[in-house]
Amino acid sequence: MSAIFEDTPLREAILSDSIVVLLLLLAAFVSQKIARDRFWSKNIVTLWRRRRFSLLLIGFFLCVALIDSTLWIGSSENTLDVVSSQEARSLIDRIFSDYKEKTYSAPLASTLFGDTEALKYPARHLLGTNLIGIDVLYITLKGARVALLIGGLTSLIAIPLALFFGMSAGYFGGRIDDMVFFVMSTLASMPGLLLLVALIMALGQSTFSVCIALGVTSWVGFSRLSRGETLKLRELDYVAAARALGVSNRKIITQHILPNLMHLVVITFVLMFSGLVLSEASLSWLGSGVDKSWGQMIAQAKNELSRDPVIWWNVAAAGVALFSLLLAVNRVGDALRDILDPRTNREGST
Amino acid sequence: MLSYLIRRSGYSFLVLLGVILFLFILFFTIASPDDIARQAVGEKALPEVIEQWKVNHGYDRPLWPSSVQLTDNLLYDHFRRLLTFQFGDSDSDGVPISQRLLAGAGPSFALTLPLFLVGLVVGVLISLFVAFFRGTYIDRLGLTLAVLAMSVSILLYIIGGQFLLGRLLRWFPVSGFEPDLSVIWRFLALPVIVGVASQVGSDIRFYRTVFVEEIYKDYVRTARAKGAGEMRIMLVHVLRAALVPIVTNVVMVIPFLFTGSLLLEAGFGIPGLGSVTVEAINSNDFSTLRAVVFLGSLLFIFGQILTDIAYTLVDPRIRLS
Repeated sequence: MSAIFEDTPLREAILSDSIVVLLLLLAAFVSQKIARDRFWSKNIVTLWRRRRFSLLLIGFFLCVALIDSTLWIGSSENTLDVVSSQEARSLIDRIFSDYKEKTYSAPLASTLFGDTEALKYPARHLLGTNLIGIDVLYITLKGARVALLIGGLTSLIAIPLALFFGMSAGYFGGRIDDMVFFVMSTLASMPGLLLLVALIMALGQSTFSVCIALGVTSWVGFSRLSRGETLKLRELDYVAAARALGVSNRKIITQHILPNLMHLVVITFVLMFSGLVLSEASLSWLGSGVDKSWGQMIAQAKNELSRDPVIWWNVAAAGVALFSLLLAVNRVGDALRDILDPRTNREGST
Repeated sequence: MLSYLIRRSGYSFLVLLGVILFLFILFFTIASPDDIARQAVGEKALPEVIEQWKVNHGYDRPLWPSSVQLTDNLLYDHFRRLLTFQFGDSDSDGVPISQRLLAGAGPSFALTLPLFLVGLVVGVLISLFVAFFRGTYIDRLGLTLAVLAMSVSILLYIIGGQFLLGRLLRWFPVSGFEPDLSVIWRFLALPVIVGVASQVGSDIRFYRTVFVEEIYKDYVRTARAKGAGEMRIMLVHVLRAALVPIVTNVVMVIPFLFTGSLLLEAGFGIPGLGSVTVEAINSNDFSTLRAVVFLGSLLFIFGQILTDIAYTLVDPRIRLS
């Protein structure tokens, strides 16, 4: 039992697996809610009709990330694989276990890059191998988990924070509003990337501190938006009626104002996501990103592209993966905005 | 107007004090002087070595003021240094920080100014063009390309630009910098192209929305009824009316110019403020980083005040009060 509380493979496996279970439960809960609510279920169907391909692509990345988060301990099928049989590894780790070469090799090549030495697994690396001989397809798939972790975890930190401060500032006004607004102006007046770097340096380098730093820098924009919306909403008649009936402030905020901000939450979540993943890539370039992310693969290409002949497969794989995820997310975000927020008539045809 | 400006500057000064306080919390309490010293001299250094490092770099005094001493503490020192622009020496190699910042300001400015101007002109012109053909396939093509351009990380633009224009076509040097005026453009051209390409997508989407909104207003119809040409309508009437949101967006971009050039300078080896920052990150130089973040905020706050003034210039209907 004590093994659970130590930093062991078992703990890592249990933690990661419980996150997967929690996520699946959350998804089931949300989809049940949506199925009951006519507004959301109707809009989801519209979204599916308009952005089928993008949604499928996002679903694919989600599946890869979920599979990669499901860890268990135990040796793999591969009998040569002795080193890491005690570690908690996911299905993707197992498929690619002991699939390692010495150094670079081109996609589907049978010899090492720029050498005549034969590979251990000739013509089986679909996307080649990287500097230390790891299969590029393998790290690219692993990167999906990192990207979704960065985008998802950070949004989970930033959006509730932004909603809390934005709504209380907008609803109560006065001293609270002044204070929240001052904090927001202070944070907003520090250039984003610099603030990010400073936060990560102060917190120390880890995945979690990158998420916290991104959360601190990204909540201000949405907080401003929700403050403005709340200012508008609290003047409406039904809020005044609720107040006249003696409904408590807490209840007015959660029952009457929050549901009217939900469409903004959904739009912001999707649009924030792509910004966060891009920021992480920029951080990797500056040397303070997250391990195994696509940004880090791209940052390595600084040296690889200057070799002759060019090593292009590493940056190409990461670039295509990053681009396709962001494009899908951006397209879904745009469609969501058009569907949920009819005021922003961006087609301009009327 | 004058009283507004005074009040506005007062508030901005408060925000600046907030920034300094935030930096203090970040770099003196979250990352304590012990942490900073340990990162500088190594994780396994002896306690005496760490103490000596703290004494040498002025981190050995108490953090907060107490009843017996008001000025001999790090909080007071931190505020005094930043507010008087006496940043002191670098933590990592002892070079005066202001000397390094002054040396970096020139190259940074040489990069950001053309980047800013070219980006603005290209963004506005393309979106005017796209807005002119609103609702047609040119419009749809433009918007699709804009979303595509937005989904590419700036890193890929840098790497792709260096590879394609620098290595394959050999139009520009891949990286480097030469402050001599006759050759400086050769080194700046590629970073400017890459920088403009990386931001033009979101610019087009934003400006196009603004222009399309204006096009359907009554005064445009009136102008058209009076016989103004389409060209004149777009360039004179619509562009002028759309200046307020454009100015807002432009100032919102100013701090991003600073950060954007951080990546560009790191990628193209331009010895500007961005490179100073990257060096500070790599050598755990907290004192330089503090100074750079402070300067960035100062520029941004100053830019915000300038926007407010610019509002009244482009739109006389706006009165500052």
